[in-house]
Amino acid sequence: MNRFTGFVKKEFLHIIRDKRTMLILFGIPIVQILLFGYVLTNEIKDANIAILDHSKDETTARITNKLLSSGYFRLQSTIESEQEIEDLLRSGKARLVIIFESNFKKSMIRDGTARMQIIADASDPNTANMLVSYANAIVADFSRGLMVGQALPIKVDQQVRMLYNEELKGVFMFVPGTMALILMLLSAMMTSISIAREKEQGTMEILLVSPLRPVQIVLGKVTPYIGMAFINALVIIALGVLVFGMPVRGSLILLMAESFLFICMALSLGIFISTMANSQQVAMFISVFALLLPTMLLSGFIFPVENMHWILQGISHIIPAKYYIIIVKNIMIKGAGFLFVWKETLVLVGMMALLLLASVKKFKTRLE
Amino acid sequence: MNTQTDNKPIIAVRNLVKKFGSFTANDHLTFDVHKGEIFGFLGANGAGKTTAIRILCGLSAPTSGELTVAGFDVYKNADQIKKNIGYMSQKFSLYDDMTVWENIRFYAGIYRMRRKDIREKTADLLKKLDLEPVRDKLIAGLSVGWKQKLAFSIAIFHSPAIVFLDEPTGGVDPVTRRQFWEMIYEAASNGITVFVTTHYMDEAEYCDRVCIMTEGKIIAMNTPSKLKEEYDTDSMDEVFRKLARNVET
Repeated sequence: MNRFTGFVKKEFLHIIRDKRTMLILFGIPIVQILLFGYVLTNEIKDANIAILDHSKDETTARITNKLLSSGYFRLQSTIESEQEIEDLLRSGKARLVIIFESNFKKSMIRDGTARMQIIADASDPNTANMLVSYANAIVADFSRGLMVGQALPIKVDQQVRMLYNEELKGVFMFVPGTMALILMLLSAMMTSISIAREKEQGTMEILLVSPLRPVQIVLGKVTPYIGMAFINALVIIALGVLVFGMPVRGSLILLMAESFLFICMALSLGIFISTMANSQQVAMFISVFALLLPTMLLSGFIFPVENMHWILQGISHIIPAKYYIIIVKNIMIKGAGFLFVWKETLVLVGMMALLLLASVKKFKTRLE
Repeated sequence: MNTQTDNKPIIAVRNLVKKFGSFTANDHLTFDVHKGEIFGFLGANGAGKTTAIRILCGLSAPTSGELTVAGFDVYKNADQIKKNIGYMSQKFSLYDDMTVWENIRFYAGIYRMRRKDIREKTADLLKKLDLEPVRDKLIAGLSVGWKQKLAFSIAIFHSPAIVFLDEPTGGVDPVTRRQFWEMIYEAASNGITVFVTTHYMDEAEYCDRVCIMTEGKIIAMNTPSKLKEEYDTDSMDEVFRKLARNVET
């Protein structure tokens, strides 16, 4: 009987017989993607805005119309003076106030540029940031429309551009993040817990005394999770595409290959954690605090990295999920090929090599 | 020790030293174990028994010393040793979420036993242990005594030359312990060398030869009857107490 297949079979038995594991494996990804998807799309719809139009000309009216017809904004009120702004924002009646300078259309025709100001209620910085970017993108789209047929470039002052997400769907940002989170959770946490369990039960000793090589033991343990994680990646992509209409503009094969790489990286991380943890609780604890939270908070999944304090930005560089999210966004939304993501790919490969090396080293010192 | 004779010890240890930093867990241990023998390693918790047994099994590397196990050098032929030994720890080490049969099949599989052999041997084993009715029940539902017997049977399922038992009777009632020792005798009579550590002094009586350790050193090694004679008492417990007193003074 083949040693390795026997081992993998045993691992599958562990997974299938543990209801909690099954729930984590197949319940959480679906619930999470639906939850994130819907919560986010709802939140972004119909945000109240107020408009202070000093110009009241044809152009400002068109911009206002375009903003309000986007579905993201709803007109709360039209105001006449700057004094009203603070009150509106503080009371929460409006989340954005948009101000057009006087003679908007005239200066646009005369100088090719006109100024508008967006003031946001930043008590919820994440939403504020998103709303501002949406407004920016809509106005940018408007000014692009104006330029058609014009000899001189016409511009409305812009800060953020959202080139590749023209439909401005928040869920697009969450599909890559959720993929990173789920694959990380599954691969790293589940393997580290399952290896720690062998140690806790004392079965690891029996395995180490047996003719099985440590490499076989580790491979045997991670193989089922590679399969499971891969299925999950497919489920998440399918949900993103079918339920939320997310595009896969790039190559699906490249996307799956990169996902495979990320899974292997996460498994290495799980193996590394298991060299430190001797009990399931410790493995769980390390996974949650060293993996799950940073992956959610620092990878750009929920909070944009650019908005973070520089120390946190620094930490975000060592969060593997950050690179994976960049890769997935590039492939799915921008349709980028390998040439555009090779740097991030290299970082993941490097991280994986480093983790495996550290694990082997740690494993050897433990034997000595 | 190059000639292949029956007198050649199946385990030969010369000056085994194991240090953890500045702490010496095994201090120049030297002993031989012969084929078919039941060799007991005795001592209080922390005396260094488990450290020694882990080194012999290849779970830990010695700091220095010469060791051969089943005729193979510990440093050079660890892979060969692994094929020829069985190991059972105080944790019994079965998979709770797998059935009796699945556990046997798994462990037999990693020793590359043939499917047919596994099936036949399992049938015999289950019959002998009266475990046939629970063949397809999860280990989690078995009593401690059954788990212990099954764990031992699995440790010798692939017919190793030596089986290492690290405190195999911990947490088990005296009746079950007695039954367990009967299984050990049977294995020894089939030619399997048994290397067992324990801190139950009454169990020392069951061994062919015992080695008593304190603080990482061997302080006595002989047959239980010779030791009792030497220390002029009729129980191993008393032997141990007298020895411990000698060490302290």
